[in-house]
Amino acid sequence: MRIELERRASASSLFALVSPILALVLTLLAGAIMFLMLGKDPGHALYSFFIEPLLEVWSLHELAIKAAPLILIAVGLSVCYRSNNWNIGAEGQFTMGAICGSMLPILVPQWQSPLVLPLMLVMGAIGGALFAGIPALLKTRFNTNEILVSLMLVYIAQLFLDWLVRGPWRDPKGFNFPQSVSFSADAVLPELLESGRAHWAIVFALVAAVAVWFMMRYMLKGFQVTVLGSSERAGRFAGFSSRRMVWFSLMLSGACAGLAGISEVSGSIGHLQPSISPGYGFTAIIVAFLGRLNPLGIIASGFVLALTYLGGEAAQLSIGVSDKVTRVFQGLLLFFVLSCDTLILYRIRLIFSDGRASAEARSPHA
Amino acid sequence: MLEAILLTIITAATPLVIAALGELVTERAGVLNLGVEGMMIMGAVCAFACSYLTGVPLLGVLAGIAGGAIFSLLFGFLTLTLVTNQVATGLALTILGLGLSGQIGESFVGIPGVKLQPIIIPFLSELPFVGRLLFAQDITFYLSIALVVCVGWFLFKSRTGLKMRAIGDNHGSAHALGINVIRTRYLAVMFGGACAGLAGAQLSLVYTPQWVENMAAGRGWIALALVVFASWRPWRVLAGGYIFGAVGILQLHAQAFGIGVPSQFLSMLPYAVTIVVLIVISHNRRTTLINTPACLGKPFVPDR
Repeated sequence: MRIELERRASASSLFALVSPILALVLTLLAGAIMFLMLGKDPGHALYSFFIEPLLEVWSLHELAIKAAPLILIAVGLSVCYRSNNWNIGAEGQFTMGAICGSMLPILVPQWQSPLVLPLMLVMGAIGGALFAGIPALLKTRFNTNEILVSLMLVYIAQLFLDWLVRGPWRDPKGFNFPQSVSFSADAVLPELLESGRAHWAIVFALVAAVAVWFMMRYMLKGFQVTVLGSSERAGRFAGFSSRRMVWFSLMLSGACAGLAGISEVSGSIGHLQPSISPGYGFTAIIVAFLGRLNPLGIIASGFVLALTYLGGEAAQLSIGVSDKVTRVFQGLLLFFVLSCDTLILYRIRLIFSDGRASAEARSPHA
Repeated sequence: MLEAILLTIITAATPLVIAALGELVTERAGVLNLGVEGMMIMGAVCAFACSYLTGVPLLGVLAGIAGGAIFSLLFGFLTLTLVTNQVATGLALTILGLGLSGQIGESFVGIPGVKLQPIIIPFLSELPFVGRLLFAQDITFYLSIALVVCVGWFLFKSRTGLKMRAIGDNHGSAHALGINVIRTRYLAVMFGGACAGLAGAQLSLVYTPQWVENMAAGRGWIALALVVFASWRPWRVLAGGYIFGAVGILQLHAQAFGIGVPSQFLSMLPYAVTIVVLIVISHNRRTTLINTPACLGKPFVPDR
């Protein structure tokens, strides 16, 4: 049996909608098989993974908390990927954003003012953008590969944070824990509703998604992103600068990741510590692809991936599987998303007989 | 002292050389597999599991190779048969590999592993200085050197290697000449997976004989950078692997001596050096263009 692809005359709009859903269904099936192999009842496992977290108010709040950084980062990444710039170091930009934004409450804790929080957020976004500027600078000046550079910078950012919270920024009254001082009330991102912990980050995420959607759809910049991404040559003929696009897309995604970082630290954690993210920067890559690199789709997919985090935590308690299952689910999901996307551009043919049938099919052309 | 340092450098460089060689072959065939980290960690966990369960570390090495190769088939199926985006699929392979290996290896955490024993070559190992360094190593070291020689010969001296390079440089023409592009690429991807798996096996059987989650710690990514550094030439991979290995080991020694620099900054060194090396190698746009396989990362659908 062979698989042959036949290019569709035009991209199938039906499959553009169906493929993410198909991918989700396939992931659930694969997940059921995985739970069977782990010796768990798959129905019960999937229920506690994907349904239970949706049934209580507090866990809906947690869902919003986890979805916010995912959506925010993924929206930025979608612009990068559409313009064919492969920033995979969002985790590092997230960390640097958190560090830059935390400078105010940690270094000048005595300054209390309503200005603190907005300044922190701006500094976080700038920190992330500047950190993403490194791969942009190296790519435009020295022609280096942005994939490798941005990834290496993740390790560097994490080690830098580790040094800060164990060294100069450690809370002197913190019983030697590697933690900074806790942020004062002025530096904490307020909660959104009275019913739970969800804070303003989710609003930032939704606003960013709509703004980027508007840019991609109605603004010249968005058009430049798409053109340069699909064909750099065509873009050059139109007078678009691919150098400037490298800077724009990387700094934009860095700013989004940095804002996500400072929002997470200020809203959910309340101080700096060695580990501030369960891999949001990498999971956001999956979010971006599951949302088909469309900011509105990313809102939906951000909640789906947030659910895998929550479900993983819930399943750890209720059915006793490890939190690694979450990563497996996320990896599987990305695989299925990518393979289902093939259906948008191609028709897939299964050819069962070897040789003869395809030779006959080919003969009219010969 | 010097001998001890050199020995650890060899141990640190071997997985980098092996994984980078595998990726080099894959990339020469025009396929960019960013999943080296994932295949490496799968190789590591398979190798550890097999050697722990059977008690024979050599079987573990085979399991690592097989694990990496089979895992890479997933990437091959998606990118070659379903023509998905190679960058994204490689990332997916890494994400899945990290999760899956954590899941598989969960019951092995904290268990002391079986160390792969060195093979001492008679007479040669008694040579002063170099004997202990080069002729009393475990099998992965010998394999790494043999692989450099074989890959170098295969790519530049053999007919099949020539075809493979032709595919990497222009898959359309290669297809028109009747070369089976997709089959060759499948083999190249699997070779890359097998090498990454072997490198992973070296990590969990030789470098630190135990299973630690995420124990590849970015080595797969450094191997990818190494291929660029080596401008797609096997012998330069060997040189680069040892430079990177030396940086990694020397920063550890510097941490132990306590030279007044915080340990975190020393731990950044391998990653920072990678970036610097990429700058030095890539800054000349023209030579980079000449060296890079022209079809690297481009999708191929045969027209029928």
